[in-house]
Amino acid sequence: MVKFDLKPLSDSLLDFIPEGRSALLPALHAAQQLYGYIPEEAAHLIADSLKVPLADIYGVIDFYTLFFREPVGETVIHVCNDPACALAGSDTIMKVVNQKYMFNDSVENFRPQITIERAPCLGLCESAPAMLVQGKPAIGKNITNWEELITGGGSPPQPIVSGDIEFLTANCKNEHVTNLEVYVQGGGYSSLQYALSIPPAEIINQVKSSGLVGRGGAAFPTGVKWEGAARETDETKYVVCNGDEAEPGTFKDRILLEKDPHRILEGMIISAYAIGAKKGYFYIRGEYLIAYERIIQAIDDAKSANYLGKNILGTEFSFEIEVRRGAGAYICGEETALFESIEGKRGFPRVKPPFPTVSGLFGKPTVINNVETLANIPLILSIGVEAYRSIGTEKSPGPKLFCVSGDVQRPGLYEVPFGVSLHHLILDLAGGMKEGSTFHAALIGGAAGAFAGEDHLNVMLSFEDLRSHGLPLGSGVITVFDESRDMIDICHRLAHFFADESCGKCYPCQIGTKRQYEILSRINQNRIDPEDQQRLIDLAETMTDTSLCGLGQTAGSAIVSAMKLWPHLFKPQTVV
Amino acid sequence: MKKEIQLTIDGNTIQVPEGTTILKAAESIGIKIPTICYHDYCTANALCRICVVEIEGSRTLIPSCVAKVSSDMQVKTKSERVIKSRKTILEMLVSSIDLSESPEILNMIDEYEANPSRFPDAERREHAVIDDNPMFIRDYEKCILCWRCVQVCAEDAQYTFAINFSGRGYETQINTFYEKPLPETSCVFCGQCIGVCPTGALKPKREWLLQDGYQPEEIMLLTRTQRKKKTKSSARPSSGGSHE
Repeated sequence: MVKFDLKPLSDSLLDFIPEGRSALLPALHAAQQLYGYIPEEAAHLIADSLKVPLADIYGVIDFYTLFFREPVGETVIHVCNDPACALAGSDTIMKVVNQKYMFNDSVENFRPQITIERAPCLGLCESAPAMLVQGKPAIGKNITNWEELITGGGSPPQPIVSGDIEFLTANCKNEHVTNLEVYVQGGGYSSLQYALSIPPAEIINQVKSSGLVGRGGAAFPTGVKWEGAARETDETKYVVCNGDEAEPGTFKDRILLEKDPHRILEGMIISAYAIGAKKGYFYIRGEYLIAYERIIQAIDDAKSANYLGKNILGTEFSFEIEVRRGAGAYICGEETALFESIEGKRGFPRVKPPFPTVSGLFGKPTVINNVETLANIPLILSIGVEAYRSIGTEKSPGPKLFCVSGDVQRPGLYEVPFGVSLHHLILDLAGGMKEGSTFHAALIGGAAGAFAGEDHLNVMLSFEDLRSHGLPLGSGVITVFDESRDMIDICHRLAHFFADESCGKCYPCQIGTKRQYEILSRINQNRIDPEDQQRLIDLAETMTDTSLCGLGQTAGSAIVSAMKLWPHLFKPQTVV
Repeated sequence: MKKEIQLTIDGNTIQVPEGTTILKAAESIGIKIPTICYHDYCTANALCRICVVEIEGSRTLIPSCVAKVSSDMQVKTKSERVIKSRKTILEMLVSSIDLSESPEILNMIDEYEANPSRFPDAERREHAVIDDNPMFIRDYEKCILCWRCVQVCAEDAQYTFAINFSGRGYETQINTFYEKPLPETSCVFCGQCIGVCPTGALKPKREWLLQDGYQPEEIMLLTRTQRKKKTKSSARPSSGGSHE
């Protein structure tokens, strides 16, 4: 039995004790940082310190894929396997890394040097094929040798950020990170100053009139959400920033968080003032280590400048933010699962109603907003509702970020007004298809979205026009495929993603995503059963109609859309 | 005195107190909505989704075990959509788990004409029986993940917190801290979990031995250790095949 020195862990737990179970994820991260994994003894100590039942701790460790319950290699490499990276050759990377590993390691070693994990979308699609080496992004094409790979070398990704307008991305285009000084020089935190000078109800009115709807995918009117929480009389309320971006193909929030963290903080502080919250939580995806560090730094800086903390800018309003790092679970992007995660539990979504504005985090009225949504708040207050509404279309006002990846010349983040055509985004902004290839399809809205074919190129990217074409806007993902791509392979990967990420709470998603994956595996091997199409339709309908949360409800949508566009691919091939 | 709410269920307009679930409202007029994970004395979590009903104006089907009635709600408990979903969920369930000791679910499968072999090549959840204590066995091949055992072990009854989950998604299993044998956990062998298990996944040792063909006298003759360590044939004293 290996003995562990638990002293460093018990020291670091001292800070967490007052928070109790809510500090469970931070405590587990701390333990893993110290020991490389979470030994039983460490889990025991954490349980005693935070007063969490032992079985529950194990349940939490085993729920999140970034936590290891057994020893792993000194270097952990995550290789993305989802569509955008697959197009760029992630299978080859996986193969090469595995081969290298086999040759470099002797079986006698108790602790292998390297652990290789097949990962869901890492949010680095614009730089595909992507990997994380010890949590830090590594870009397949920038790595020239083995040493570079295991030491996390190679040059870091430099995302393309461009578009027709630059309201949200003005600070994201250079190599520098916007620090507090630069942010303030560019007019940053002036919206907060203005907000604090007017009554909260007036801010809510402006946000409502702006027509801003949530940018995480559900498109719920932000002002209405704030109004609901503001109406609640509870003394304690929370605002939460949902930075758990994990929809395959999405990377917009990562870039905003990494490049312009203060803009998001400003939006969040304004939302807290508007609803009367004194405390907020910033939840950042476990895979987004850089964004996590940047936000922590930005919060420290904002505190020193009194944009956060007690009596902000000399007013009566006080507000503090705690940061939480996720640990590998797509489901935690679902708002109630995210609350459970902050509370130190498995990320099981809750039954709704009650809705978060009535009973959210710790059972208190809570406003939870996506990163991009919050980035819009300072903009609305600074340019005014009328100017804001003049961007975009009447029914979809404002700027929108689109994450374009796949077979285009310039994969990247593009800011456009709502209402530009898909054609403009792909062919003009992203530079069109890669040399010598032609457009075949685009996956709109990510794994939970739908495929668009050539006929859809003229569709306007607005909520109303997309809806009329049966396409979701989702979180603004556009993954582009050329005519050489195997669409069944892509569907197979999407099915794998959902089966892997289902939390297992409700039956239709727990079992349905697994059966869907099995059928797609069969089709992918060209062992198609004539009834497989109907099976897929029935599974998708049942998951959509009966699943407890959005994950299950959308787990079949992309595949069903593929069956409509390319029915022949799902039928047994007749032998010629 | 609670406010009365008027709603229509399958064409019958009724009044029930505010806060009543659709499941109970339907029950009050003799309409039985099928349930699997629901238990009158456990927290309802709306896991199995068999109890879904169609509500006019709602995008998805609604789990009746947790959804409360509201004014002028129009509920259909047996619409085509509802029946199709129940049938498919039953087909998923039977493709995954050993339901041989779940007569209620088997009846539902008949009633909804669910096809037990709808999903060929489906990977079943196969687990060896866990026989780690003298009181009861855990046969997770029969577990439908209704969560009742976890809940009664925790805040629904016993506050013992010996069991929780491992894995997630299809790989979810009820488990202990680092998968330790129950006697090494906080389990007090109160038996509450066995009482609420609907599928025979948790079973008293004696019942299990009787099912295996043991006579009550034979079971009495087994030593404590033999009972504890018993595997299907090894503990039978006559065969002399104890592992001791």
